[in-house]
Amino acid sequence: MRRLIGLGVAKGLLATLREFLGTYGPGRLLLKALGQEGTNGLTTQEYPERPQQHAERFRYFPFLVYDGSPDNLRCVACKICEQECPPQCIHIVMQKDEQGRVAKAHGRTFPAEFDIDTSICMSCRICVDVCPFDAIEMDNRYEYAGQDRFGRMVFDRDALLRSNEYFRTIKPTEAAGVDRRLEAKQKKAAPAQGSAGSGDGS
Amino acid sequence: MSGTLDQLFVDARDAVLSLAGRVAPDSALPWISMGLAVGVIAAIAPVIMMYLTWLERKLIARFQNRIGPNRVGRYGLKQPLADGLKMLIKEDLVPAGADPLLHLLGPVLAVVPAILLFAVIPFGRNMAGADLHVGLLYVLAIGSVSSYAIFTGGWASRSRFSLLGAMRSVAQIISYEVPGVLSVVTVIMVTGTMSLVGIVEAQEARWFVFTPWGLVAFFAFFMSGIAEVNRTPFDMPEAESELVAGFHTEYSGMKFALWYMAEFLEAFAICAITATLFLGGWHGPAVPLWGLLAILAAMTAGARGLGLPARAVGLLLLAGAGLRWGAEAIPSWIWFFGKTYLLVFVLVWLRGTFPRLRADQLMGMAWKFLLPMTLVNIAAAGVWVAFPFPVGTALSALLLAGAYAALIALNRPASLEPRTYLLAE
Repeated sequence: MRRLIGLGVAKGLLATLREFLGTYGPGRLLLKALGQEGTNGLTTQEYPERPQQHAERFRYFPFLVYDGSPDNLRCVACKICEQECPPQCIHIVMQKDEQGRVAKAHGRTFPAEFDIDTSICMSCRICVDVCPFDAIEMDNRYEYAGQDRFGRMVFDRDALLRSNEYFRTIKPTEAAGVDRRLEAKQKKAAPAQGSAGSGDGS
Repeated sequence: MSGTLDQLFVDARDAVLSLAGRVAPDSALPWISMGLAVGVIAAIAPVIMMYLTWLERKLIARFQNRIGPNRVGRYGLKQPLADGLKMLIKEDLVPAGADPLLHLLGPVLAVVPAILLFAVIPFGRNMAGADLHVGLLYVLAIGSVSSYAIFTGGWASRSRFSLLGAMRSVAQIISYEVPGVLSVVTVIMVTGTMSLVGIVEAQEARWFVFTPWGLVAFFAFFMSGIAEVNRTPFDMPEAESELVAGFHTEYSGMKFALWYMAEFLEAFAICAITATLFLGGWHGPAVPLWGLLAILAAMTAGARGLGLPARAVGLLLLAGAGLRWGAEAIPSWIWFFGKTYLLVFVLVWLRGTFPRLRADQLMGMAWKFLLPMTLVNIAAAGVWVAFPFPVGTALSALLLAGAYAALIALNRPASLEPRTYLLAE
């Protein structure tokens, strides 16, 4: 007999028993004593009680980034994202003054209305990729529910605003990249424009 | 013996009987005694079944690195109640064209024998519901009624999945009954009795699993038992990937719950009978009770799911039990249920480990391996009885090892030459 019949059965049983013991504290101690470590342990995430851990790259709906105060938007209402959005869920109106000229704040134009219909948004991230000002980024919040189609499901400008610090906390790597890019852009612009004011990114 | 924790339930029964003796005539007392046993078993069986589902879900979850039911009550302990309530209020569907009477009869016919099995099992010292002289025969006879029930249900459903599942089930149950019964023959040969109580008493000195023939019979009987109650890895009759749900595809509501109840009760009964026949039943080493209580106390103290007051109450109760009974040996019924639940754990362990067998592998296992092995095992048991200790044990072990090797060699699958296609060139 080359191999004992039934050995595979015993091996399989031992493998599952190891995983079983690895889900209990005393069982893990026993496995450690036997030198049988490396089980998966409990992989269940008790989600509603504890916040779910997701990867940094996880994305859901976009949000608008501001620096410092909420009126200091990076968005200049250029409407590129509105045009590029495949399901066309973005609606932007630029702020104009009474004479119909574009209004400016912090040296930039800015949107009066910026709506994203989240029941249409497909989380494709194309708006983030096309934005020349890094003004729109992907959020990782997903616990949204509403009772009407056009009330809570359409996020307006105020609902979409998040600070850059928030962006840094949810996606440190990506935010660091964006910060570096913006800084480089600012440095390049600085010799041409002389002393650039704070937040004067464009 | 009376007055100890071991005889707690016996004493309780005697107390009830003496109370009843004051009002009832003496001729009625045996009936009251029987009625008590029947009532207790009939009341406890559904509870055992409900918490068996909970236990199985919890254990299988741990094997798969999950937590298992934990939403309804602490540790999900109220989950079986919620499931039972849900089953009760679900609509009872009978397919058009099905036979309504047989459709109802199927699950009932499955549950009744499953509960009847518990009548003869000795749960502890002096704790058998009925000590039949033909207890083992009774178990085998009642246990095989389930194939009728399954076929009744499958046939009456008027569904091809049900019928196919039922046909598979009957084929499987009948096949595995043969090695199951033959493995038990050895126990009858050695003990000379068919009474389950007598068989347990014969194992006082040595559990039968520690003899060569007993080991083989234990595995053969347990394996056949798993196959007879349609559990993974022998769950062909309810192979959900092939047959929707097998014979109970067309069942819903309480009838479906009855099928499940029958299945779990039979699984529990198989474990209990295996423990009775081969693992010494309610016998156990004379370990003082405080050893067990200390383990329970450690578990209670470490139970993070419970609040501190609940843990304190549990510890106080355990300490009280330790003061009252700590010096006694672990009671026989704890040994019995411990062994039974250990086998239940093995059932779940097997389910968590192995995929379903193919139909031909399943049949081949019964007819080509287990059947000859149990036949040889009868001879081995004869040798074991005929010769004194070292010779008999050695001879029977040798016989069984030879038979095992020979069967493995004979059953080796044919290894065919790679096919050459003459015309392909």
